Amino acid sequence: MANQDEKLVKSEASFMRLRTSPKMRSLKGFYRKLKRNRAALVGGYLIILLMIIATIGPFFLSHGINDVDYTVRLQPPSSEFWLGTDHNGRDIFSRIIYGAQITLIVGFLSVIFGGVAGVVIGIVSGYYGGKIDAVIMRIMDVLLAFPGILLALAIVSILGPSIINVIYAVAIYSVPSFARIVRGSTLATKELEYVDASRALGASDFRLIFKHILPNVTSPLIVQATLSIATAILTASGLSFLGLGAQPPSPEWGAMLNDGRGYMYDSGYIALFPGLAIVLAVLAFNLFGDGIRDALDPKTK
Amino acid sequence: MTVENILEIKNLKTYFSLDKDRVVKAVDGVSYVVPKGKTLGIVGESGSGKSITALSVLRLVDEPGEIVDGEILFKGEDLVKKKVSEMRKIRGNQISMIFQEPMTSLNPVHSVGKQIKETLHIHEDLIRQEANHKALDLLKLVGIPSPEKRLTQYPFELSGGMRQRVMIAIALACNPELLIADEPTTALDVTIQAQILELIKELQAELHMSVMLITHDLGVVAETCDFVAVMYAGKVVEYADVDTLFESPKHPYTVGLLNSLPRHDIKMEELTPIKGMVPSPFEMPEGCRFAPRCPFATALCQEKLPDLEKKENGQEVRCWIYTDEWDGEEVKVYEPNATT
Repeated sequence: MANQDEKLVKSEASFMRLRTSPKMRSLKGFYRKLKRNRAALVGGYLIILLMIIATIGPFFLSHGINDVDYTVRLQPPSSEFWLGTDHNGRDIFSRIIYGAQITLIVGFLSVIFGGVAGVVIGIVSGYYGGKIDAVIMRIMDVLLAFPGILLALAIVSILGPSIINVIYAVAIYSVPSFARIVRGSTLATKELEYVDASRALGASDFRLIFKHILPNVTSPLIVQATLSIATAILTASGLSFLGLGAQPPSPEWGAMLNDGRGYMYDSGYIALFPGLAIVLAVLAFNLFGDGIRDALDPKTK
Repeated sequence: MTVENILEIKNLKTYFSLDKDRVVKAVDGVSYVVPKGKTLGIVGESGSGKSITALSVLRLVDEPGEIVDGEILFKGEDLVKKKVSEMRKIRGNQISMIFQEPMTSLNPVHSVGKQIKETLHIHEDLIRQEANHKALDLLKLVGIPSPEKRLTQYPFELSGGMRQRVMIAIALACNPELLIADEPTTALDVTIQAQILELIKELQAELHMSVMLITHDLGVVAETCDFVAVMYAGKVVEYADVDTLFESPKHPYTVGLLNSLPRHDIKMEELTPIKGMVPSPFEMPEGCRFAPRCPFATALCQEKLPDLEKKENGQEVRCWIYTDEWDGEEVKVYEPNATT
């Protein structure tokens, strides 16, 4: 009996730890939970692998990304060209490695931009409420009513096709989802007694928002950010595929997919490998995002 | 010798306008004083407006609540007229508040030390080392065992009683002149309750501050307070010093509260509860608000609201029975059932 009680107390303690303490203990517990979810762990390792490839990969390549050589065009995979060559005789493997850099930068930057804007909008909206909230959230609803890729398409058409503008476009269309999540958590958090308590001790709005509310909305935020990176990568590749993003000869994966489009029947690998790369990157972020959502959810053990 | 009052609330009205024609008069013309260096207990059922009065003092009533009338004089200055930024300097610095739920009144993501230092940070210019020192001193002051260790701990690592001690430490960080404690012991075990009340009492004497203790526990009042204000449905019905209140309560509601409380000093056969419920804020009786539940109520009580009138010993009571207009027969509102 006593043993059982002890166990209960222990499990409760570890549960509380996970939810409340942001320091090492919780990180450890978080990792332990994440480890139980194989798929998420695979996703996490894939992301790390992608990052390593993107940062140091280009230094180990024997072929340049723009080494045009018409004598070796449309070569199938071989020991010389691991993933074959495209219609200009460029090595697809090298281009994919370089492309990883572009993909990750686009994914992270657009989510950082969109996330920061969304967090500020969401917190202000949720904290102040009333008319400000109503106006802001209606604007967000309008943005949310557009299918993401369509909105990004419209924004890029206005700004002009380039990979930088794709980052802006994806950032803008990810703002509403961040804003809504943060607003929801803010609404819940600001009713908690410790917010009242610190207001009663003379804390300003600014302090309340950044010291007391923001740290308590981080877990849904991390999940949303991870999943958003996957969407951002997909949208960016999509826009590049449509010719609105990265411009040739950039080795962006979506653009490479477009390059290979004309040779689908004879040399399918030109489109296949960049496509696989996109799938892998998106899958990695999605799996990892799902995994941390489960790990941060206090209801799962 | 006149007693100086640190806080004087005069005819305070805090209303919540839910929509155009529905207004909840949570605090409806409340007046009382907190004498300097003394403890005022505010007693009343849930919904009697005692917490809203306290929040009004700090001007922390949330929308759609609003102070519509009245004065709150803190050291002679009207808090109702203060600017938001001026209020912020008063909160936590000159007037502090501790809340009912020690479990949720601390932010779970910051360490105890950080939260104590935060208040110091807001109101005082201290370098880091001084702040650390002061935080440690505060924890020692509120009697937490091994205070050095607690500084780096998180709220979930502490028990309810310890958390309430931490809350008190935070509230006392800037040596406030008035401490408002909103049911500080309700969520705690009885033994811990006694410790916390004892602590507040000790600290009050040590730091010469005034305390406003909101509670619904008359036992707590008897133990800790110097003066008592009894509130019912948004109004003060009786105000007296603690001895007078327990020896000769005047208002039938106060008497009802005392009769529903087991006492050691008087032999009681059984407890008598007050019948009925607090009237809904939308259907306030026109006359005395306690009339529907009052065993002595007459036609006069149903029709007209009595004023809060001064009696001997500084006792104030809002009841027709003690006025010349009383139309009923003579009644003895309070009769101790037996001698000690």
